[in-house]
Amino acid sequence: MPLTLYDKIWEEHLVHQQEDGTALLFVDRHLIHEVTSPQAFEGLRNSNRKVRQPNLTLAVVDHNIPTTDRSKGIDDKDSRIQIETLDKNCKEFGVQLFGVHDKRQGIVHIVGPEQGFTQPGTVIVCGDSHTATHGAFGSLAFGIGTSEVEHVLATQTLVQKKAKNFRVNVNGKLAVGVTSKDVVLQIIGNIGTAGGTGYVIEYAGSLISDLSVENRMTICNMTIEGGARAGLIQPDQKIFDYLKGRPMSPKNENWDKAVEYWKTLKTDSDAKFDKEINLSAEDIVPMVTWGTSPQDVVSIDGKVPNPENESDVDRKNSIERSLKYMGLEPDVSIKDIKIDTVFIGSCTNGRIEDLREAAQILKDKKKATHVHAMIVPGSGLVKEQAEQEGLDKIFIGAGFEWREPGCSMCLAMNADKLKPKERCASTSNRNFEGRQGRGGRTHLVSPGMAAAAAIAGNLDDVRKYQN
Amino acid sequence: MQKFNTLKSIPAYLPIVNIDTDMIIPKQFLKTIKRTGLGKNLFFEMRYDDDGNKIKDFSLNNEPFNNSKILIAGNNFGCGSSREHAPWALLDFGITCVISSSYADIFYSNCFKNGILPIILEEEKIKELSEYSNRKEEISVDLNEQKIVYGNNETKFDIDPFKKKCLLEGLDDIALSLEKSTQIDTYEKKLKENKPWIFND
Repeated sequence: MPLTLYDKIWEEHLVHQQEDGTALLFVDRHLIHEVTSPQAFEGLRNSNRKVRQPNLTLAVVDHNIPTTDRSKGIDDKDSRIQIETLDKNCKEFGVQLFGVHDKRQGIVHIVGPEQGFTQPGTVIVCGDSHTATHGAFGSLAFGIGTSEVEHVLATQTLVQKKAKNFRVNVNGKLAVGVTSKDVVLQIIGNIGTAGGTGYVIEYAGSLISDLSVENRMTICNMTIEGGARAGLIQPDQKIFDYLKGRPMSPKNENWDKAVEYWKTLKTDSDAKFDKEINLSAEDIVPMVTWGTSPQDVVSIDGKVPNPENESDVDRKNSIERSLKYMGLEPDVSIKDIKIDTVFIGSCTNGRIEDLREAAQILKDKKKATHVHAMIVPGSGLVKEQAEQEGLDKIFIGAGFEWREPGCSMCLAMNADKLKPKERCASTSNRNFEGRQGRGGRTHLVSPGMAAAAAIAGNLDDVRKYQN
Repeated sequence: MQKFNTLKSIPAYLPIVNIDTDMIIPKQFLKTIKRTGLGKNLFFEMRYDDDGNKIKDFSLNNEPFNNSKILIAGNNFGCGSSREHAPWALLDFGITCVISSSYADIFYSNCFKNGILPIILEEEKIKELSEYSNRKEEISVDLNEQKIVYGNNETKFDIDPFKKKCLLEGLDDIALSLEKSTQIDTYEKKLKENKPWIFND
């Protein structure tokens, strides 16, 4: 029977198929962080269990950590306790940790690929819903809860039921100023926030193959915003080149064996998908979200929707609720929306290519005076690379704050948060109510669009700012 | 884990779609290293004003819904972050059963790890049941029989047999998986031979 890439990875990882349809699946790579792991380690301790494969586990601090100077410790007591708890747990159970003062520290989904910990054909899990990011390497990567984190630590497996197959084909070429962030926002707008529930998505088509490895990560990253737990892309030469020589990538004869295997990781040409959609890259323009769900997308040339035009009562109520929260009037032009804050960073858009994209727009420009703007690199290594390229000088020159790596204002667990009614153009992944701070208003955009918004002081079309 | 068998309660009703896990428990409460104590912060931003006072017209703040064990909500409940703090907060508040027409995958599986039963029903049934919340009348849930009884009516619901068994018996699924240790050993041995790079050797 012809199989999809997902089917093949699934079968390769079956430890035991149970009669009730559930399966015990082997986990090759387990990433952990300070927020969703303490209760899992506590569970292990209470049941007198060990970490089965510490070598297949990697820990990073990211969610909670301040992005200002950390050399003198962390002021917030609860954050400090959580970070210290991870440190203690990793020592006790023999897990490698990139801690606060390690230059490899960063956002878990940026660190994994950067270190070569992320590899094609593997099953990768993490107690974080954006784990699908690693699917860009042709791995089956998905987010899990803390009980499942404990299960993986103890058994190196997970009890899972197979999902259905969904293929999203994007063909053609993107116009200048349009990025993979716009592509994924367009996809979520099309399928809706629950459109992928119960599926694993494979992204395919000529555009996806043309994208760089990091741009592919942006697309896979936001898969969960369309409801699917995992999204993946067939690995190719770009992926192998990206991984070659990274600290945790296979070495010597293992490298050759690995690449030989990775080349077999593809969907059979006659494989059947349970659901399939097609998008044309030429139709995609710079996108913005107007509401409080990632499916609430509109083009930068568009207008805020009018609930009166909606016939479905639930949908109408939902739009009204969103507009009230967002402080927006129906039918207002998107480009007339003034912003207070710009945030560039997160596991969606905190990699070096994202920073280059923003820097290209910001070069020799200044942010609008009323805008507070910050850039948070995705990892210590991304920060170092950006500084070597002089990007930090462009950002600081444009009036941006240049911060230490972490999740920061994407989820606002640390001090980086919006005040009530503050409006932000953000390169992160969620515009939920209160996500970036109580009462904060989020508009999701690409790094280039965020840079354009900083200069203009309102949401604006990045295509006007191409240097 | 607490066993789930039958449950009787006046249901609380939140007629909102896409209730995400940030709404269920905002991030400032994720700094805990415990599973308990999150109930008072459940639906924090809808439940309290800027000064920390309870918002009067939010149903879960008022009798009898402050004691509801069943929550009825709009579709795609629990979307967003994987935080298990969401079911922990529901559980700590006293809610052990959620009824919606659909759930986000990660939230759905997290419920079962914590003795919470997430029931999926059609929108029409949800509307019917919400009337019981409006009238402050009890409904009852029977997991073994897979049915909800309301007034003189009843409706059946589907559930995965393995998940049902775990809830009914309050099973520790790590212990169940560790019974398969021999199979895991065999798998790892084979993996070391076929894909040695996985172990960084």
